Amino acid sequence: MPASPQPPARASARSDGDWLEVELSGDWRITGRTPSWSEWIGDRRPAGVRMRDGGVGHWDTSLLLFICAAREWSGRAGITCELAPLPEKMRLLAARLETSHSADKPRSRAENPLAAIGLATLQAWASARGIMQFVGECIFGAGRAIRRPGKFRWRDCLHQMAESGAMGLPIVSLISFLVGLTLAYQAAVELRQFGADIFVADIVGLSIVREMGPMMAAVIIAGRTGAAFAAELGNMRADEEIDALEVLGISSVDFLVLPRLLAIGLMMPLLALYADCVGILGGMVVAAGILQIPPSAFFVEAQTIVDLTDINTGLVKATTFGLLIGLSGCLRGLQAERSAAGVGRAATSAVVTAVLLIIVADSLYAVLFHILGI
Amino acid sequence: MEPQSDIPAIEVENLDCGYEGRLVLGGVSFRVKPGEMFFIIGGSGCGKSTLLRHLVGLNRPLGGTVRFFGQPFSEAAPGERRDQLKGIGMLFQGGALWSSLTLRQNVSLPLEEHTELSRRDIAEVAALKLAQVGLSGFEDYYPAEISGGMAKRAGLARALALDPQIVFFDEPWAGLDPVTSRKLDDLVREIRHTLGTTLVIVSHELASIFGLADRVIMLDRDTRGVIAEGNPRELAASSLDERVREFLHRGAEPA
Repeated sequence: MPASPQPPARASARSDGDWLEVELSGDWRITGRTPSWSEWIGDRRPAGVRMRDGGVGHWDTSLLLFICAAREWSGRAGITCELAPLPEKMRLLAARLETSHSADKPRSRAENPLAAIGLATLQAWASARGIMQFVGECIFGAGRAIRRPGKFRWRDCLHQMAESGAMGLPIVSLISFLVGLTLAYQAAVELRQFGADIFVADIVGLSIVREMGPMMAAVIIAGRTGAAFAAELGNMRADEEIDALEVLGISSVDFLVLPRLLAIGLMMPLLALYADCVGILGGMVVAAGILQIPPSAFFVEAQTIVDLTDINTGLVKATTFGLLIGLSGCLRGLQAERSAAGVGRAATSAVVTAVLLIIVADSLYAVLFHILGI
Repeated sequence: MEPQSDIPAIEVENLDCGYEGRLVLGGVSFRVKPGEMFFIIGGSGCGKSTLLRHLVGLNRPLGGTVRFFGQPFSEAAPGERRDQLKGIGMLFQGGALWSSLTLRQNVSLPLEEHTELSRRDIAEVAALKLAQVGLSGFEDYYPAEISGGMAKRAGLARALALDPQIVFFDEPWAGLDPVTSRKLDDLVREIRHTLGTTLVIVSHELASIFGLADRVIMLDRDTRGVIAEGNPRELAASSLDERVREFLHRGAEPA
């Protein structure tokens, strides 16, 4: 570090016929203020540019950037930029910076709209093929598990059942209770105007059992268990544990996916049933607190409208939702990139895919049940 | 897979390796004799691990064929390939042990999947394999509870569980101290000596290359292919290719 302050970085212009001579001087530090070529050149249009060292003290990449900018500008303007008068080291490093500038950049195909469409189509096709292949493998794997139940990873399945079922009860309880509460409160405000308070039980009972119970439970489990599946499998993939299975000729679907699918497929209807009960309880609390409807009356009224078919439709939906959550969680986990960021993306993608599939499946079921008159 | 002396254990012909259509290595051809200690060497990023992943079927080759003991592997149907994989073991760079299973369970799993042995026999074989790599007494430890060197040895025990005829190693010495590396060298030598296993090792550890390899192929990043094949000492002494000499002379001279 020099003891005395050095003159600041400076580029001064001198005309040499049609040519512009740029004299560089002072202390060029990337951390300090240095001239910018585009500002410095302004509207000047010389026939050529010549750079020379007019007493440069300390210099670093900032000076090289200035020289490179001058070269680039000259290239665009179609004029010569002469660096010969500069010290050799400066020229060499500037040339190196220039090469790194113009080094092969991966050509973005997205610049061409047709290519972008083509790439997106190919990607969509590859993704669809991946999903079909995965579902197919799961079906074949299930067939193998039925033929040889002794080889099925029952212990893993039980562990996953505890993880996705029992451990999810607190959050399912809270959300379902609040949903039932909100639903009853909204209905109560309107129904009280018509003296139809008791019908709160009908609205809460039916909407919770047929729709909100399975749906809310599924969304919670998608966020909780679906993401966990993706993160766990993604991490295993990053650590080559899944490769190790494949090399040993052990199907990762049989070993990792099926126990999880079975666990969540069995747990989801139970969780939905539990969510139904807690949701109705939430409605009952509002009915008792605001509308002064005794819990027994609420229960009897709900029973008149909710029958076993309604509960069954909810359970069928919940099982489907569970399988969709399991499939999307495991698929995204197995497809995860081998990095920490890849695992994170897989978990996010698993939740988004699961929620999307749940909503689509729910809509399809609504149409199907309508057609079947259920 | 039945080993026959006149049939190479591994036969690779014009193998093109890459990801999503991007070629990493092209036209790779070589043969490995049964019981041979064969190294795939080369600088960082030259595609050694990529080649290994294509050899064992973790990635589908862009072209060319891989045969194990004369049987096509890269083009085989999934069922046939699964059968062939029973005769192959692989040690991954970090061991790749299944983190939710103990070492005993890690070694037992291939036996449970591919054999009809009783639980008791499987437990005995697993204990034997772990003892073979010096991990007696660690059977009930989880991978997170053991050191990196031990994880590699446990990975090797798992790779040897089904007594494979070919074992692939991906950078087995990476991240190990010199003493542990030497122990691993001895272990590799012992496996070949006692079991007659064909060993294919991806590495750039010169000491181990000179100490263990019967033959090597050297890959090069710029040419995207094999630039040398032969005994490492001979290559170091007389290769006409400067890149090969430079690589093999770096750090350690052949004894």
